[in-house]
Amino acid sequence: MTFSFEIPLLILLILTAGGAILVKDLVPAVFILGSYSFFLALVWAWIGAPDVAFVEAVVGAGLATVFFLLTLFETAPKDTRLHRPPPPWAALLGLPLLGFLLLYAASDLPKFGDPASPASVHISPVYLENSMHDTLTPNVVTSVLMDYRAFDTLIETVVIFTAGIACVLLLRRNQA
Amino acid sequence: MTFFFLFVLIILVILILAYLYRVVQGPTVFDQVLGLNGISTKAIILLVVIGTVYGRVDMFVDISTGYALLNLVGALAIAKFLEQRGRA
Repeated sequence: MTFSFEIPLLILLILTAGGAILVKDLVPAVFILGSYSFFLALVWAWIGAPDVAFVEAVVGAGLATVFFLLTLFETAPKDTRLHRPPPPWAALLGLPLLGFLLLYAASDLPKFGDPASPASVHISPVYLENSMHDTLTPNVVTSVLMDYRAFDTLIETVVIFTAGIACVLLLRRNQA
Repeated sequence: MTFFFLFVLIILVILILAYLYRVVQGPTVFDQVLGLNGISTKAIILLVVIGTVYGRVDMFVDISTGYALLNLVGALAIAKFLEQRGRA
């Protein structure tokens, strides 16, 4: 494929991220953050990770927007405009340096979809070859989540359930 | 055929840019809510088109359905709390 579609997606991602930081009011910042995580979900979908894209679209773009707005309207005063001081020079100098270091380190990572990368040499073949025999589940991702890492998933579910109970209790306190 | 779908994807991204301008710049909150809703409708189509490019439409239809449902909930929550704020 000569044209790579992720470039306009990444441009949109950077635009929305910058907009969410630079905008002067909290409510549009929440909306722009929602569209940012939606574009992130599109990037995940485009590079072939639909499960991560599903989580990002549901949690990042849907639930997080709703919860940010709930927090804003339950706590904040009517004036949601921001008065932020200019950023310090240390941040302006240090963060590009950090970004440059991260990019430099990322040049050592294996190429995207490289069949000789360590992850696809050591771990993936074991799951791909044995999961059907071990778990009788056609979807390998489901078998890894629900069988090989069942305790991990169970405790995660407990954490999310607790968070849901806390949210319901907080949001219903006015109606008691 | 892939070229046609890529063309559709590019057109959709340009449309999303137009909506994004309204979300960032919109004079009132209602413009921004409408812009976000427009972006999410384009989003659903974009996800299905990406699924078509990859030949895995079934999975991507699931994603776009979940996104559409949560977008409905989000729009309802935004509308409800804007109404509350207007009264308070």
